[in-house]
Amino acid sequence: MVFPYHRGMATLTRADVEHVAHLARLGLAEHELTELEGQLNHILEQYAKLAELDTDDIPPTAQVIELETILRDDVVRTSLDPAAVLANAPERDGDFFVVPAILGGD
Amino acid sequence: MTTTATDAVLERYEAVIGIEIHCQLRTNSKMFCGCSTAYDGAAPNTHNCPVCLGLPGALPVINRQAVEYVIATGLAIEAHIPERTQWERKNYFYPDLPKGYQISQYAIPLAAHGRLAIETSAGPFVVDITRAHLEEDTAKLLHGEGGGADRTTLVDFNRSGAPLMEIVTEPTIRTVEQARRYAEELQLLLRAIGVSDADMERGQMRVEANVSLRPRGTEPFGTRVEVKNMNSFRSVERAIAYEIERQGHALDNGEALVMETRGWDDGRQLTYRMRAKETSDDYRYFPEPDLPPLRVDAGWVTAVRDALPELPSARRARYIALGLGAYDAAVVTADPTMLMAFDAISAAGSAPAKEVANFVTGAHAKALKAGDANAAGTAGASTPAGIAVLLGAIASGTVTRQVGRELLDRHIADGTQAADLLADAGPSPISDDAALLGHIEAVIAANPRAVADHKSGKPVAGFLTGQVMKATGGAADAARVTTLVRERLNREG
Repeated sequence: MVFPYHRGMATLTRADVEHVAHLARLGLAEHELTELEGQLNHILEQYAKLAELDTDDIPPTAQVIELETILRDDVVRTSLDPAAVLANAPERDGDFFVVPAILGGD
Repeated sequence: MTTTATDAVLERYEAVIGIEIHCQLRTNSKMFCGCSTAYDGAAPNTHNCPVCLGLPGALPVINRQAVEYVIATGLAIEAHIPERTQWERKNYFYPDLPKGYQISQYAIPLAAHGRLAIETSAGPFVVDITRAHLEEDTAKLLHGEGGGADRTTLVDFNRSGAPLMEIVTEPTIRTVEQARRYAEELQLLLRAIGVSDADMERGQMRVEANVSLRPRGTEPFGTRVEVKNMNSFRSVERAIAYEIERQGHALDNGEALVMETRGWDDGRQLTYRMRAKETSDDYRYFPEPDLPPLRVDAGWVTAVRDALPELPSARRARYIALGLGAYDAAVVTADPTMLMAFDAISAAGSAPAKEVANFVTGAHAKALKAGDANAAGTAGASTPAGIAVLLGAIASGTVTRQVGRELLDRHIADGTQAADLLADAGPSPISDDAALLGHIEAVIAANPRAVADHKSGKPVAGFLTGQVMKATGGAADAARVTTLVRERLNREG
């Protein structure tokens, strides 16, 4: 079975670490990037060790329990009280959550 | 810009168009929780729970009905339904996505390799559909009024987690008309099978187009631009035409196009840059650990297939076989009330299809607009059977078209039985041309002046027809008399 999101295991470059930090919206200092580059590569080495196992006859899974096809009927249940929904909002405007302005862009 | 300007660009370049359509499914509850989807017009943040707010520890459970709607759509577009499908996380940060990821389908969509046949002015065309998959909708963002540092964005999570079906075509669409007709036909199909209300203005059906140009005769794709915010079929047509012209002019002038997302501004009738795509999207899809895989066994697919109603394409073909022209068949099929009225009246008697179509697109549609008709084929006080009898009488010539229309009006107005109306209408009209010609000769003989006027170029057919109608006591088909009068006058020169 081919998983399009599978990537071969290789050493992470500094650019990879910076890219991942950007995707995670983490602003990291130079020394933090250096430290994480080492740690992330160490984690990858552990997976490389696992990859030595022969798993050709074992189907891939993303689950630890062998369940399948758990469905619910299309039935409406009571929603939360809006006061409870908004209780933890860092900032609110009437019944809305408020977040910093989004001007397109990623 | 005009269609002609688009055509001029398309003489030199070939447009490569792919369409992505997101549609909200007609479920009662959301995709992964029991919150109601009836949030239209509700106060903000009133249709939420820990699951659709993305609170830590909340676990999603799949809505069976949403899955069935996608299977139904897949079958209706002749797609392949896999035996086993799964869910993935699409990771990105945006305030409309509380979990930091959207649960979607990536590796194995619920439906793949489908097709939808459409009719265009250049003939039939088949749109190849890559996939249809299920995912969850995002929250709604409202951009605040404030300026500068005071600018804020407001978030309403009511829409968050509503079931959304994404349908993606191959980049095989080549013209603006094909793109529009595909969107129209897909909307008709989704409504016919009852999976989505697919109202574009209400955001229940969102159309996005990927548009690029390449010089005619070349293979490599040009730089692709994604166009969003098209809220009507007209906008889809105008936005893609605008993009073709904009890109064509840029290429002609040697300007480089950039990968970007552009929005359609309906007021200004142009597309504008929303964001540049400097790097390809990196969503880091991986299998959703909170949801087990989904097995779609053959029995389930068969049950959904058996429950599918007649599809629009099959209905049009059936109507054409009944004797309707392609245009009438399309008009009746495109309107759910009209097609039900057509079927009801057709089933209630043996009136010819053409007459029934004329009635449902004419008098019935008019009564419907006035709130005085329904899908069961009833208009005013009429019954489908009564209408069928009267339409049959018109078609067979038992009454003239004009008298028939009056009888229909009376039947609709007060419900008088069709048989009584026909009995009161008196003897059958003169439908025998020989008899009518006898009357015409008599009238012409009695009005020599009319023939003289005709020879000097004056229109006299109307006058002579009136004389014939008078002579026959109205028992003739006026349209036929006029035809015969004209033929007779033409022989005079």
